[in-house]
Amino acid sequence: MVEKFSHDIAIVGAGAAGLRAAIAAATFSDKLSIGLLSKVYPMRSHTVSAEGGTAAVLKEYDSLDLHALDTIKGSDYLADQDAVELFVREAPSEVIQLEHWGCPWSREEDGKLAARAFGGMSVKRTLFAADKTGFHLLHTLFQHSLKYPSIVRYDEWFVLSLAVEGGAVRGLVALDLRTSELAFVSASAVIVATGGAGRMYQFTTNGVIKTGDGMAIAYRAGVPLKDMEFIQFHPTALPGTGILITEASRGEGGYLKNKDGERFLSRYTPEKMELGPRDILSRALVQEIREGRGFEGPFGAYLLLDLRHLGEKVIDSKLPFVRELALNYAKIDPVKEPIPVRPAQHYTMGGIHTDVNGRTPLPGLYSCGEAACVTINGANRLGSNSLSECLVFGRRAGLDAASFALSRREGGHNPGGDLSVSSEQYTSLAEEKMNRLLKKEGGQERLAEIRESLQSLMETKVGIFREDEGLREALREIRELKGRLPSAKVDDRGRTFNMEMVHAFELDFMLDVAESVAYSALMRRESRGAHFRTDFPKRDDRSFLLHQLSYNTPEGPRGEKLAVNVTRWQPTERKY
Amino acid sequence: MFVLDALNYASDWLDGSLAFRWSCRMGVCGSCGALVNGTPKLTCAAPIPETGEVLIEPLHNFPVQKDLVVDIGGFMEKLVRVEPWIIRERERALEEGEYPQKPEELEKYDQFSACINCMLCYAACPVFAADKEFIGPAAAALGFRYNLDSRDEGANERLDLLTGGAGAFDCTFVGECSIVCPKNVDPALALQRIKIDAAVTSLKSIMRRGK
Ligand SMILES: Cc1cc2nc3c(=O)[nH]c(=O)nc-3n(C[C@H](O)[C@H](O)[C@H](O)COP(=O)(O)OP(=O)(O)OC[C@H]3O[C@@H](n4cnc5c(N)ncnc54)[C@H](O)[C@@H]3O)c2cc1C
Ligand code: FES
Repeated sequence: MVEKFSHDIAIVGAGAAGLRAAIAAATFSDKLSIGLLSKVYPMRSHTVSAEGGTAAVLKEYDSLDLHALDTIKGSDYLADQDAVELFVREAPSEVIQLEHWGCPWSREEDGKLAARAFGGMSVKRTLFAADKTGFHLLHTLFQHSLKYPSIVRYDEWFVLSLAVEGGAVRGLVALDLRTSELAFVSASAVIVATGGAGRMYQFTTNGVIKTGDGMAIAYRAGVPLKDMEFIQFHPTALPGTGILITEASRGEGGYLKNKDGERFLSRYTPEKMELGPRDILSRALVQEIREGRGFEGPFGAYLLLDLRHLGEKVIDSKLPFVRELALNYAKIDPVKEPIPVRPAQHYTMGGIHTDVNGRTPLPGLYSCGEAACVTINGANRLGSNSLSECLVFGRRAGLDAASFALSRREGGHNPGGDLSVSSEQYTSLAEEKMNRLLKKEGGQERLAEIRESLQSLMETKVGIFREDEGLREALREIRELKGRLPSAKVDDRGRTFNMEMVHAFELDFMLDVAESVAYSALMRRESRGAHFRTDFPKRDDRSFLLHQLSYNTPEGPRGEKLAVNVTRWQPTERKY
Repeated sequence: MFVLDALNYASDWLDGSLAFRWSCRMGVCGSCGALVNGTPKLTCAAPIPETGEVLIEPLHNFPVQKDLVVDIGGFMEKLVRVEPWIIRERERALEEGEYPQKPEELEKYDQFSACINCMLCYAACPVFAADKEFIGPAAAALGFRYNLDSRDEGANERLDLLTGGAGAFDCTFVGECSIVCPKNVDPALALQRIKIDAAVTSLKSIMRRGK
C-alpha cells in the first residue's frame, strides 16, 4: 500500500534555505499546509557545519554598492547583477530577523552585532556567532519553525523523484527510511532546498549527506542546471579528513606560510594577502606545493596556517571551534603550533536554474540555497555570502510558492491538481527501482568502489586545474561508472534503515550531477573564477560572459547559453 | 583513526547492511552517537584505542531501530514542549534593528545554546532510564537557554513547562549528563537552576497573594 499525503507546498530539505522558506510560507498564510521533508533530522543538515559568518551591510562604514561590487568582482563578473543588488538589499533585514528569533550573534561591547573581515569583502561585514555561525543559525531557524503547526515535518524521509504532469509539478515520491515504504506527496508547489553536491569529490568539507540529490531530481524532471562547472575549493581544510578550518581564522589575522616560513601570498594577492578570494588562494596553495615549497605528510602535501600570534584569548573567544577541531582531528593546538592545511572541495556555485523568486522554468517548482543557482555567486562565491543567500532566497521562494499555492487553492484546485495518471504510477517506478536493488542476485562490485572511482576522477580531472583531454576522459569514465552501478553488489535486503540502498540512490544522483559538471567544464573554453583551464588560462568575455545551462537527455547533457545580467558594473580585470 | 572511520570501513568493504547515522564527521551535526566501550560518545570524535579493539553499541535508553540507529522521536516531541523560541509581549519591527545584547548578557546563556542534540546525555541519565517521560537534560537546558536570553519574556510560562509533569524536579542531580556532553554544556546545572527559579517564582507569587 502506498501512502498518500497532500500539502499546498512540499519543501525538500530542512537546512537554512528549506527552513527559511517554510517559515516564510507559514507566515504568509496560516491556511496553507506545508510539508517539510528531509533525509536527516533538520538540525543535522549540513548548514550546521558553517563556521565563519553571514554577510550583510549593517555597519555605517559599509554600503550596499560596496557589498554588490565585492560580490560581483568575486564572481569574476558572472553573477547576475540585478540579483546581486536585490540580495545585498535584503540580506541586512534577514540577519536582523534571525536576531529577533534568538540567534546568539556575537556582539560588540555596546550590544550591537559584531562584524569580522572575510575573504574578498573590502570591509568588516560578516556577522557571526563565534565560529559556529551555521550551527546557531540552523538551530535558531529550526526551533523557531516549531512554533508553526502548519509546518508538518517528515524527518528521515528520502525524496526520490518529482511528479510532473501537464507541464507543471504535481508532487513528489518519497521513501520513509524507517520502513522503506514509498509515499506520494501531492503539492501545488515543490521547493527543492537539498544543498550542494560536494561528496562527488575525494577531499571535501561537505558532510556525507551532500550528494546533489535535488539537483539530479530536478534535472531528470527536465529542469536545466546552470553554471555547474564552477566548483569552489576552500584553501584551508585539514589534510586527510577535509574538515574545514574557517576563513574567519584569516579574517581574525591568521597567516598562511610555506616550508620556508614565507607568507607566500605576497606573490599572489599582494594587496589582500590572506583575505584574497578562495579561487585564487586555492590555486596559490597548489602552485606552492607543485613548486616544492609544501610539507610532505601522511595525507599528501600541505602548507601551514599560523594563528599563534593571535594569542590564546582571541583564539578562545573568536575561534573556539577551530581550536577544538584542530585538537581533536589533527592533534594540534593552534595556540602553540601552526595547523596543516590543504585545499578541499567546499561549495557548488552551480545548481538548479532559478530566477530571483526561486522559480524554475517548470511551473510550481522552486529551488533555493546551495541547490539553486540564481546566481549571485557566478564563477566564485565569496565566503559568508551563502548563508545570507539561503535566508534571502529561501524567504523569497517560500513567499512566491505560498502565493502561487494559495491562488491554486482559491481557484478550487486540489493541491497538485487532479492527476491524469494515478499517483501509483509515479511510485511504482520508484518501487521497481528499489526492488531491483533489494532482490538482485549476485552483483560484482561494491558500491564503495564505484563511489571512490568517481571521487578520485573528479579530484584529478575536474578539480582545481582542468584541461580538454582530462575532461573528456572524465566524461567517458563517468558514463562508464553509470553503466556499472546497476550491477553493483547490495548486501542489505532489509527494509528498516537500509542505508546501503540510500547510498546507492545518492550515488546514482551524484553521477548525473558529476556528468553535468564535467560537461560544462569541457564546454567553457576559458578560465574564470573557480574554473581554471590550463589550456585556456585567460578569461574570455567575448565568447564566455555567459551562463551555461545543461539539460538532461538520454545521450547525456545538452548545453544552452544564457546572457549575464550586467547593470552597473562593467567587467574589468580582477586584481587583489 | 576514529570509531566512525572503522564503521565506514566495515560498511563499505565488509557488510553494507550495517546501519548507523552520521553526516558532518566534525562533531557538530550530532547524528553519530553510540556507546564506545560502554561510554556515550560521538563516534566521529572518539579515537580507536591503542589496542585496536573497541566495543560499539547503540545508545542506551532508546528503542533500537537497527544496529546503531535508535529512535529519538520522543526527544523531538520534548523539544517542542519547552517552547524553544523567543516569547515577547511586543516584537520589534525589523526596521528598528537588533535588540542590543551586551557580551556579558550573551555569556549568560551562551553555553546552554551549544547543545547539538546528540542524545549522549539521555543515554547517560539514570532518571530518563527509569522514566521515558522525563524531560531530560538537553530539552531542559534548551528551555532554560531561552529563559536566560535578555530578549525573551517567556520565562514564567516556560518554567511551568519545564517543571510540570515529569519535569526538572525529577532530576536527582547525578550529573552524568554534564560529564558525557561533548560540547561542554552543563545540563545538570541548568536543571538545578530551573528548580531554584521555579521555587523562587512560586514563593514570590505566594507572597504576592499574601499581601
Ligand atoms: C564546512 C562548511 C563551512 C561553511 N561555512 C560557511 C560560512 O561561514 N558562511 C557561509 O555563508 N557559508 C558557509 N558554508 C556554505 C553554507 O553553509 C551552505 O552553502 C549552506 O548552509 C547550504 O544550506 P542549504 O539549506 O542550501 O543546504 P543544507 O544545509 O545542506 O541542507 C540540505 C537539506 O536537504 C535535505 N536533503 C538533501 N537531499 C534530500 C533528499 N533526497 N530527500 C530529502 N531531503 C534531502 C537534507 O536532509 C538537508 O535537510 C559552509 C559550508 C561548509 C561545508
Ligand atoms: S558525524 Fe556529525 S557529530 Fe559525528
